[in-house]
Order: sequence, then C-alpha cells, then structure tokens
Amino acid sequence: MLSNKKQYYFNLFFFFVTASSAFVVILFVVGIFLVLFKEAFPAISRYGIIRFIFLSSWDPVREIFGGAVPLVGTLTTSFLALIVAVPVALGIAVFITEVAPKRLGEIIGMAIELLAAIPSIIYGMWGLFTLAPLQAKYIEPFLQNLLGGIPLLGRLFSGNTLGIDIFTASIILSIMITPFTAAVARDAFLVVPPVLKESAYGMGATKWEVIKDVVFPYCKMSILGGIGLSLGRALGETMAVAFVLGNLNQFPTSLFSPTATVTVKLANEFTEADKDIHLAALFYLAFLLFIMSLTILGVSKYFIHKTQKK
Amino acid sequence: MIRRRKIINKLALFFCFLTALWGLFWLIFILFDIIRHGITALTPSLFLNEPTPPGIPGGGLKHALIGHLLITLTATLIGVPVGILGGTFLAEYGRNYIISRIISFIADIMISIPAIIVGTFVFAFMVKPMGHFSGLAGGVSLAIIMIPIIVRTTENMLSLVPWTLREAAFALGAPYYKVIFQVVYRGAGVGIFTGVILAIARVAGEAAPLLFTSFNNAYTTYNIFQPMASLTVTIFQYAMGPYEDWHKQAWGASFLITLFILLLAIVGRYLVRLKFKA
Amino acid sequence: MKVEIEIKNLNFYYAGNIQALKNINLQIFKNKITALIGPSGCGKTTLLRCINRIHDLYPGNRYEGEIIFQGRNILSNDIDLIELRSKIGMVFQKPTPFPMSIFDNVAYGLRLRGIKNKRELQDRVEKALKEAALWEEVKDKLNQSAFGLSGGQQQRLCIARAIAVEPEVLLFDEPTSALDPISTGKIEDLIIQLKSKITIVIVTHNMQQAARISDYTAFMYLGEIIEFGPTEKIFTNPENKLTESYITGRFG
Repeated sequence: MLSNKKQYYFNLFFFFVTASSAFVVILFVVGIFLVLFKEAFPAISRYGIIRFIFLSSWDPVREIFGGAVPLVGTLTTSFLALIVAVPVALGIAVFITEVAPKRLGEIIGMAIELLAAIPSIIYGMWGLFTLAPLQAKYIEPFLQNLLGGIPLLGRLFSGNTLGIDIFTASIILSIMITPFTAAVARDAFLVVPPVLKESAYGMGATKWEVIKDVVFPYCKMSILGGIGLSLGRALGETMAVAFVLGNLNQFPTSLFSPTATVTVKLANEFTEADKDIHLAALFYLAFLLFIMSLTILGVSKYFIHKTQKK
Repeated sequence: MIRRRKIINKLALFFCFLTALWGLFWLIFILFDIIRHGITALTPSLFLNEPTPPGIPGGGLKHALIGHLLITLTATLIGVPVGILGGTFLAEYGRNYIISRIISFIADIMISIPAIIVGTFVFAFMVKPMGHFSGLAGGVSLAIIMIPIIVRTTENMLSLVPWTLREAAFALGAPYYKVIFQVVYRGAGVGIFTGVILAIARVAGEAAPLLFTSFNNAYTTYNIFQPMASLTVTIFQYAMGPYEDWHKQAWGASFLITLFILLLAIVGRYLVRLKFKA
Repeated sequence: MKVEIEIKNLNFYYAGNIQALKNINLQIFKNKITALIGPSGCGKTTLLRCINRIHDLYPGNRYEGEIIFQGRNILSNDIDLIELRSKIGMVFQKPTPFPMSIFDNVAYGLRLRGIKNKRELQDRVEKALKEAALWEEVKDKLNQSAFGLSGGQQQRLCIARAIAVEPEVLLFDEPTSALDPISTGKIEDLIIQLKSKITIVIVTHNMQQAARISDYTAFMYLGEIIEFGPTEKIFTNPENKLTESYITGRFG
C-alpha cells in the first residue's frame, strides 16, 4: 500500500516536472517580448512608433535615433536573398525528388542539408576573406561593365565595387537560406500521391508539365510556408552579414552600397553603447525584429502544419 | 507542338540540375576554403598557448577553446534535461491538452527565432542585473536556443513509440512514470539522442547570442561567472581585426568548429537513417 | 471486327527482375469493352499499365515482346510516350482531380495539345462534361476547385478529362472500387456509352461488373492469361477449370 502511495506521489511529481519544463517554452516567448519591450520603452516613448520607423538618422552624439536605415537594410537584403534562393531551392527539390536517381538524390539532399549546418559565422568570415575580394575584383566590375550602361537598371550597378555591400551580403544570405526552402519543398513533393502524377503523365504531360501543373499547385501551401521560413531566417541572420555589409547608416543607392541591417547594428553597437537611450534604441530595433520574425515564422509554420495534417 | 513542349521540358529539368550544382558548388567552395586555410593554421601553439599581444608570434586560442567547451557544456547541462522533460510532457502527460499543441507550435517557431534576439534578452535579464558578462549567461543563451529543438525532437520521437506498447505496460499495473522510463524512453532512446546531438551541433557554431552574454576574455578562465572567450566570438573579433596572424588563427578556429559540427551533423543523420531503416 | 491493339508474347519485369507478366498474347477489339479479371496480384493492372507505358515512370522496369497499336510496336524505344499517352488515356482506381478548377481539369489535356482558343476550349469542355454525364451537376461551378466534388463526381470528372482529348483507347483501372453503388452504376452506364467512339480496356475486381459491361473478358492468373473470349462464353461456359472455379467464386 505504502509503495503504491509513493508511486502515486512520484508520478505526480514527474507530471509537474515535465509540465513545467514544457511551459519554459512559453515563458521564453512571453519573457523575450516583455523584457525587450521594457528595455526598449525609453526609446519607444521618446521616438514613438511611426517616427522611429521612418526616421533615418542614427546619431549617438545628438541622441537622435531612427530605425529606417537598418529596417530597410534588413528587408532589402532578405528580399534580394529570397529572389535568388527560392528558384534555386525549388529547383533543388525538384531535382532531388523527380529528376535524379534515388541514390544520387539522397546524396545531394544530404549535401544541401550540410549547407544548412555550417554556422553563420563561418559564412561571414568566408564571405569577408574569400567572396568579397572576388566580388570586388572580378564579379562586380564585370556586372558594372555589362549592365551599368543600361538606363535605370544600370543604376543598380553603379558605385564603387568594394565587395562589402548589399550584393555580397545577399548572395551569402541566399546560400544560407536555400536549404530551408529546399527541405520543406522536398518533403512536400515526396507526399504528392503517385497516382495523381501518373494521371497527368497518363494524359501525355511531360515531366515538367506534371511538376508545374500538378506537383507545385498541390504543394502550394507548403512551398509558401518554406519561403516564409527562409524569410524569417534571413531577417534575423547576424554573423553572415555582419562581416560583409559595412554597418553604414545610409540608405543603399545601388547593389554595391554598404548599409546596415538591424542585426548588424546590434552586433556592432550593443556592447559599445554607453548612453542609456542608445541601448534602448538598439533594444527597440531588437523588439521590432522579434515581432517581425515571430509573425512571419508563425504564419509559415501554420501553412506547413496545415498541409501536413491533410 | 510536341517538340516545343519537349524542349521546354528539357530546359526546365536542366535548370533544376543546374540549381543542384549551384548548391553543391558553394558547399564545396566553402569547405575547401576552410580546409585550405584552416589546416595551415593548425599548430600545437594554436591549442596550447594563450593569445599574445598583436604582432608577437606564437599566440594561441587555448582561452577560446576552453571557454567554448565550457559554454557549450553549460548549455547542454541546462538545455538537454529541460528539453527532454518538456518534450515528454507534450507527448505523454499532456498529449490531449490543447496547451500542448500550442507549446509545440511555439517551440517550432522558437527554433527559427533570430539568435541575436536571444542574446539581447539574456543581456537584459542576466548580464545587467549581475553587472558583468559571464560564461554562464552565454550558456543560458545557447540553452534557450537548444530547448525548443530538443522539445520538438523528443516529442516526435516519443510519438513514434506505438501506443500499444504503453498499454501493455499499463496492463501490468505500472504507474505512468515507470512506463515512460522503462518502455517509452527505451523505445525512443536513439531518436532522442540524435535530437540532442543535432541540437548541440546547432548551438556550437552560434556567435550572435554570445556577443552580449559571455562576451570575450583575453585569458583562459574556468570560472563561468566571469566573461569568457569562445571560438566563435574570437573569430568575429580576429577576422575583423587588422593583423595577419589573427586572420590565420580565425581560419584555424573556423576549421575546428566546422569539422566538429559537420561530424555531429553527419553522425546525427546517420543515426536517423539507422533508426528508420530498422 | 477490327483489332485495335495486338499484344504478342509480352513479358514484363519489375525492377529487380521480378517477372510479373508471362507470355501474354491478347487481341483488343476496336469499339469493344475488354475486361481483365482475376485474383489480386494476377497481373491485370500490370498488363493494363503496359498499354500506355506508365511503368516507364519508375526505373528498372522492363518489357519484352510487342504491343502493336496503329501498326507500330509501342514497346519500341523510338515511340514518343507523350504522343502515345495522348492517344491511350487512363482512368485510375481513385479519383485524381488535379489541384485546379473543374474547367481547368477538363481543359488540361486540350491545353497541353496547344488549344488556346477560348471558344473552342469552352465547347470541348462542355462536350466532354456532357458525355461524362456531369455537365448538369457542375455547369454553374466550373471555376470552383475540383476537390469540392463528391467521389463519384470526381471520377466522372476524370473520365471527362480523359475523353476531352478524344483518345482512341481508354484504360480503366478498377474505376469504381472506391465508389458507392449509385455512383458505380452511373459510371458503368457511361463506359457502355463511350464504346461507340472509344476502345475500352477495364480492370475490375468485380465479376458482376465485368459480366454487365464487357464484350470480351480475359481471365488472368499468376501473370498469365488463362482464358480469353467473349464475355458471355467466359461466364457461362468456360473452357478452363481455373476460370470456372474463379467465376463461380471458389477462390479470389
């Protein structure tokens, strides 16, 4: 009897231990939200929301802080990275699931996953020492000569080709986020019912037509979710861009301009901010980034979850 | 007409082939570069020596290696138990509660939340009250990144254990906690272990959350209440610095970290395949 | 009676050299319904899938022998599969609506063939849907997703999609096995009406179905054709003992 009672209490104890461990996850999200809000509050109350978002000066001496440049920088680099990464990721997923022989597909899938395992600081350092010099010396001058003369479009390729700029940062980001979209898309493609594809083939469709007309529409939600997931990653990526973007508080005028992102600003200034309001402004940026990431990731995960349950 | 469709088909599939090549190209390029530069930096002094003032040769990364191990160890000691227990709740006691689905969903999001945000958070609630940076704060940051990963993999792995197995144990009169320890954990052991390995691989390469938490230290310390150097933060500092010798050591550190993480990642994936083949 | 498809000495091997069809010889007559019956695993679906070479989608599958269609051996390497499959359509066990609207489903094969004219597309979609006896039920919701239809409607949509491109032959792989009796009856009526234009081969598990709708029946067992002949004869006076015991329900 006694031992049964002991067992009952131990079971209860274990229930509470596991439950509180699980609630830690909620604690993190709520905690981060509240703490960042509290720390950012001096800046929020001083600059407001709209003003902070649209104000472009970042002047620690005169204590005027606006987040427009890093916010624009974050969005620009992320979207440029997506423009490259999404077609590549979908192509890779198609190649792995539909084109390559099974064994080769598995190997390539694994290699692409390794791309995601490489830490972002490695991307950053490699970008600084290897990619940026190549960009400055060969790729950017080449593009400038090739496309610089075209009206309007040419402006994108104007400026000094230093290699430390949006272009280099976006390329590195795109390499980093490709595996996330690719993995989600691959998993989605793999569960398209074979009979659905067969019936399209049975009508005389080519492989590409089956992919385009049946596989892609069938996996629409997952693909969107995967893209969102990559976007969420790109927005919050720090070390990979910290090396190659320059942390210059200036709106970019071309692909070859250095600028700043929220994360780069945080990485470079956080420990050096000696005024409280400077630190609060940085917390404000972190708070905005947190809200953005949370929203985008939440929506993406919702899409992916929803299709998985189907 | 058919000819045109076939040409488009060929072109599109060829594009897919090119994208795979593109991905492989960068992987090989990056790994090759890290090995090429990293190997030459690997000298005994890199492992055994403290840093020397810039310009004086013979400096090493002993301080960062030890710091990195200690921080990662701290994170593992905090993150692994909490993560496994939390995942256990979601898959076992709490599996029918809506709150468990919510926690599971939030954990999924937390996995991708920017690491630097976690750094600012720990700075505000640990570093500021303590008055200084510390290895412990760095470990907590990494643990916060680790926990959602382990929660989710544990939950998934436990859910794969067939429900009838638990029923068989219940039928013998075992209380739930014994069923979990003796039946469920045993059945999902390899899976959980794999999740832990992949989670360690994920945080071992993080730099952003350490910048404002463990910060840096020019000397070796074993005291986790002191600011502590780590390989990743040192890479950031050295690579941005002006000295050739620093750059070389940064490559060496990158090589070590990449090697360590890729090994873990490959072992983890190997275990996954082993599990799902059996 | 004209022979539409002639199968000569056909052997088929799945990847790993597993022989699934042994020395098949069969004539499929034009504008008739030929049923393939037999117990599970006898190779009837495998045989059906040879006729439009769906097996080619999976690596390692191998054919031997000949299938003559329109004077050519469709198993030879220089056959254009895309063209072949547009002449020999297929309807599957489960309804397979594509993830697009009802109209686009039926128009899919037409668009593949390069028909872009809106008027023509509309006419031919309407004609196909009428032939598939679905027009009245869907004419007001052509732009809605095909997933909203019932199982029986989806299957008739798939038939409409297959006949819209006016194929010579239509292959049915147990088209009613996932449907209720009323939907099954509608589809059987439909198949009988289609034979005036199209040659039909149907795999079925349901012997009554074969007896009701087919003109010819082939009984298969362990990858071989045991007996082939007019349906009436197979069901009333089979020559082979195995055939007899199968149709009388002693195994299968």
